[in-house]
Amino acid sequence: METIKDIINTLTAPEILITLATILLFVSAKYRHVFYTNTVALVLFPAMFVFMAISMFDEDFYLIVTKPDNVPIVGMLFLIPFFTWFSMREAVRNDRRTDSGTPLIEKEETADKVLTWPDLVYTELIAIVLLTVLLVGWSILIPAPLEESANPAATPNPSKAPWYFLGLQEMLVYFDPWLAGVVFPGLIIVGLMAIPYIDTNPKGNGYYTFKERSWEIMTFLFGFLILWVLLVILGTFLRGPNWNFFGPYEYWDTHKLEALVNVDLSDYFWVRLLGMGRPDNILIRESVGFLVVLGYFLIPPMVLARTIFKRFYENLGPARYHIMVFLLLCMASLPIKMVLRWLFNLKYIIGIPEFFFNI
Amino acid sequence: MSQLKELLTSLSPTKLGEAIQKSQIYRSVFRVGVPVSDRKRMLVMLGNVFLHLHPVKVRKSGIRLRFTWCMGGITFFLFLVLTFTGLLLMFYYRPTIEYAYVDIIDLREQVPLGIMREIHRWGAHAMVISVWLHMVRVFMTGSYKPPREFNWGVGVILLVLTLLLSFTGYLLPWDQLAMWAITVGSNMARATPFAGYEGPGANLLTLGENIPLISSTSDARFALLGGTRVGEMALLRFYVLHCVGLPLVAGFLMAVHFWRIRRDGGISGPL
Ligand code: HEM
Repeated sequence: METIKDIINTLTAPEILITLATILLFVSAKYRHVFYTNTVALVLFPAMFVFMAISMFDEDFYLIVTKPDNVPIVGMLFLIPFFTWFSMREAVRNDRRTDSGTPLIEKEETADKVLTWPDLVYTELIAIVLLTVLLVGWSILIPAPLEESANPAATPNPSKAPWYFLGLQEMLVYFDPWLAGVVFPGLIIVGLMAIPYIDTNPKGNGYYTFKERSWEIMTFLFGFLILWVLLVILGTFLRGPNWNFFGPYEYWDTHKLEALVNVDLSDYFWVRLLGMGRPDNILIRESVGFLVVLGYFLIPPMVLARTIFKRFYENLGPARYHIMVFLLLCMASLPIKMVLRWLFNLKYIIGIPEFFFNI
Repeated sequence: MSQLKELLTSLSPTKLGEAIQKSQIYRSVFRVGVPVSDRKRMLVMLGNVFLHLHPVKVRKSGIRLRFTWCMGGITFFLFLVLTFTGLLLMFYYRPTIEYAYVDIIDLREQVPLGIMREIHRWGAHAMVISVWLHMVRVFMTGSYKPPREFNWGVGVILLVLTLLLSFTGYLLPWDQLAMWAITVGSNMARATPFAGYEGPGANLLTLGENIPLISSTSDARFALLGGTRVGEMALLRFYVLHCVGLPLVAGFLMAVHFWRIRRDGGISGPL
């Protein structure tokens, strides 16, 4: 038992968890005919449930899961995988129909117009009744959390934002607040709103499909499931005092020490590579970083337009194409920075604390 | 004996029902009556202001549970539940440092059927999850594609508003959980480029030679909290936003959202 717990504690370390989840996402999409089937769901979801249930016997696990306001996230742990699985299953079924020339599931009924009363109104009524029962039951069973009265002098450790913002708080590990808390949220909103204008693929409008829009779906699912939901879960369950990582069966020890050995790019370049001191002039000191960041945003769009994104460039035209690639590069910057941190302990690519300008 | 029988039959539920349905009061309220025929089923959709949100006829594929998961509808219903329970909570809750916390305690201990706060809080969490799932459904069915681009945009703003509503509400119980979650969240505003006093570029903005324009008492965080830390003014500000400002904007945008669903040709489906 203890060894299993230890293995799970190790496997849930951020770098391993995020990597494994990403691999799972892409592998399951590749073998979607096998993975997104009823059989898998009938094994997977009960297994998840049993796993949770057994884990509840572990004291530390129980403490984390039942912390105030963590209850809904346990629900989310099931709901989001379930609906992802469900929509992919529908997509796989529809793709199979397209391949064999049978009409789509939705298509079979598009011509049928039914009366809203009773068909839709009754569905809604039933949904309302069930949801009311659920909410009232939930509310009777679990009281809303309330801690001691607010006290500005007693900072809890860890201090956490509300759970839906913990993805952003988790980003703080890799980026400064101006990026993680302001620029990236802004870009997420803008990026989401831009989707209909940069995805000009006319196929897959109004029905589930994977084959006809695999690239869009994988980008969205990676962004939503890994960079959003998984980071929320990580921030909620696996980050303890001082925002240190704690496995699900690990005691939240306030004195756990994690060596902070993060190094700036300028250090790597001037001190370690050239063997000299860092220049005093900020601009010279950070010139490498500026080159890297500029190169990151300038070179890939041009290279991609001639290679794998050629089709996009031709279909979208320059304006839409460059906006799309810019947004994708911003999104990709998070996993890239993560990997650089995990592998090289890289702290800042550009580090100008004097002006709070750290990337 | 026969008279008694007559009296009893006239009191039977069917008869009683008929009598009620014939009464002037009933007919003035429910113009169409019980929707038993197709004609009446259409008329009831047109005559009732709430049902009028829907068209009279819908495509069968579009209202399938397997297609929409009813997630948008669930989100909207949760919004209504939250509005209602929130209104009840407002009867008891006073947004001042002196009273806020004790009022919350009283809600549990003194108020009969004191689960309004529970419903409000769990419902709010559920709404965040359901709005995410609704977005996933809309994405996975490609329903943001023309002609629904604009409505997707409206939806994204609704998503942000849902999060902000939840965030502003989080402070109101005025306990440790509330205060520190909002402190952590609002500290980010301090780092807003140019507009936060620890944001990049802020120290480039000066009045005259060297009086900083952006300081801890004039930056984005200060505007959000009405002070340099989460205190009395922040509580009031969040209360007003939570109970009046944000719900109004969200309600308004939901009206736009629903209107556009119909203008864009109803729930999407394959052509
Ligand atoms: C407070 C939040 C929201 C409410 C109350 C709401 C409500 C609804 C409802 C009731 C529908 C009808 C179909 C269905 O139930 O799926 C709908 C459709 C739609 N929603 Fe939302 N929604 C919200 C947020 C969003 C978000 C976050 C997005 C996207 C980012 C979005 C985009 C759309 C689009 C594009 C449609 C049309 C779908 C179609 O025709 O198939 N909505 N919404």
